Amino acid sequence: MPVQVTPDLMIFGLLAGLAAMTAVGVVAFRNAVRSALCLVLNFFTLAFLYFTLRAELLGMTQIIVYTGAIMVLFLFVIMLLNLGSLQVLDERPDLIKKGLGFLFGGALFGLIATQVVQPFLQTSQQFAPEGFGSPQAVGRTLFTSYVWPFEIASILLLIGIVGSILLAKRRI
Amino acid sequence: MFDVASWHPALQALLRVLLFVLPLLLVVPGLIWWERRLLSWMQDRIGPNRVATITLKSGRKIKLFGLLQPIADGIKLFFKEDITPSAIDRLIYFVAPAVALFPAFALGGTLPWSGNTLLTPIADVNVGILYVMAISSLGVYGIVLAGYASNNKYSLMGGLRATAQLISYELAMGMSLAAIVLASGSLKMTQMVTTQQGDLLGVVPFLNNWFIFTPFGFVAAVVFAICVIAETNRAPFDLPEAENELIAGYHTEYSSMKFAVFFMGEYAAMLVFAGVFSTVFLGGYDMFIDPLEGIAGTTLGGLATFMFKTVASFTCFIWLRASLPRLRYDQLMSLGWRTLLPVAVSNFIVVALWILITNKYGVWQGWIAYLGSFGLLFAVYLAVRGLSKNRVDNALAPRSISLVDGTRSVNVADPQAEGVGS
Repeated sequence: MPVQVTPDLMIFGLLAGLAAMTAVGVVAFRNAVRSALCLVLNFFTLAFLYFTLRAELLGMTQIIVYTGAIMVLFLFVIMLLNLGSLQVLDERPDLIKKGLGFLFGGALFGLIATQVVQPFLQTSQQFAPEGFGSPQAVGRTLFTSYVWPFEIASILLLIGIVGSILLAKRRI
Repeated sequence: MFDVASWHPALQALLRVLLFVLPLLLVVPGLIWWERRLLSWMQDRIGPNRVATITLKSGRKIKLFGLLQPIADGIKLFFKEDITPSAIDRLIYFVAPAVALFPAFALGGTLPWSGNTLLTPIADVNVGILYVMAISSLGVYGIVLAGYASNNKYSLMGGLRATAQLISYELAMGMSLAAIVLASGSLKMTQMVTTQQGDLLGVVPFLNNWFIFTPFGFVAAVVFAICVIAETNRAPFDLPEAENELIAGYHTEYSSMKFAVFFMGEYAAMLVFAGVFSTVFLGGYDMFIDPLEGIAGTTLGGLATFMFKTVASFTCFIWLRASLPRLRYDQLMSLGWRTLLPVAVSNFIVVALWILITNKYGVWQGWIAYLGSFGLLFAVYLAVRGLSKNRVDNALAPRSISLVDGTRSVNVADPQAEGVGS
């Protein structure tokens, strides 16, 4: 089946290409700040990919949580540590490590592919139906079908916060 | 001729973007002039009033009140020597001002400046207020990158301060807006304006229910306004560029046009945030009194109403700058985490309770529950404060340092009070 070049496809190609390139940049750059910035850009373009699929809430959450909060903290920590010379990060070439890395990477890729490819091929609809993934729909699902997992996750996060305060600050 | 509705959707979107961004660019110099003049008046000075005074042959003078001062400043900045330090991260150094400018202009993407749905907002998505939160959280990147790339310890400290400050105040801001989202039942900005066109408190028929006039809305508005000032790094929260500690903070190493870009971004962000404030709390393009609804209903009337409110909010932010001294860093953190966040969260809980009781039992029961929970929370606050009086006061008290021999602590603010140790 020949692929028709539509504006939608062009926008998708642009965003997906940028996302893939920045993902490579995360591991390719030797400067920790540049790697982190690539990750920021990657999360940002991912959010735009969600927008093109009409999942505005998901995209916004992506930007708020990952780009706006988590990555800012990453940068904060990297700058606070102020990594020294880049030579420290150099490693001797190690064939066993490389081989194992490729092996495990390939295994992970295959594992994800078995789950993702089949549903992908069956997709006939380009967009989600109107109202799918809207704040109302997501909220209703979270607080009816998935209310227990949701509450347990929130308690888990709360325990994490309290625990970190307890560890970091013995005298409150 | 201008049958916008029949245009291609992409062209319509482009028109909406241009109608927002171009006026914003044009109005920024005016804002800078307004701030400088207003600060001058508040501090008993005259301020910039000379530029663009034209003396005619006849001796008559045409005065423009110094309105062109920012333009003259812009020309000066443009032709100044552009000094680039040598030991910088060049790519990030040059990208940082652009990164700082982007959120300021993107922030208004869901902001309706009039009731005309063809021209505004740029995108009426169903996550309008979340969009504002998301873009405003990106505002820190420009500052952090500038601080990092400059390779200057003061710049870096400014960047680090900005990060911690923005992350802390983002939480309280989100919680204060969440209460409003509950009350209006939608994340859409246009829906928020529509909700505020109802009767005031549900009882006064000829006035409109702006959120700032409701009890919960007032609390949320105060928290939101404080958070906005912290997010835009304005005095009294301008610690990232505190000049008595950090030279100029994150933009120490920036000169000429690159500095001007930072400056412009700050003012544009201020204005758009003032616009968000007036949309969420002051009814947006809505007139307060019902008989005047007709004016606000038209495109230009709505724009005028909206602009009036926005500039009024902006003026209040300048007013705060003129009145309050800069906070110390630990005071800033204490205010954000110990005061604003609990207030915003309790406000959120109270609103949720109020809506629940109103839906389940009725309007009057709802109000009783509302006031009752408010009183309860206040009592809890007083009790907690009474129990931990020393701790709470310690947070804002002048810091004391302990001397090396560990015998005595010295009050930094007032060394004479306890006497300097041996």
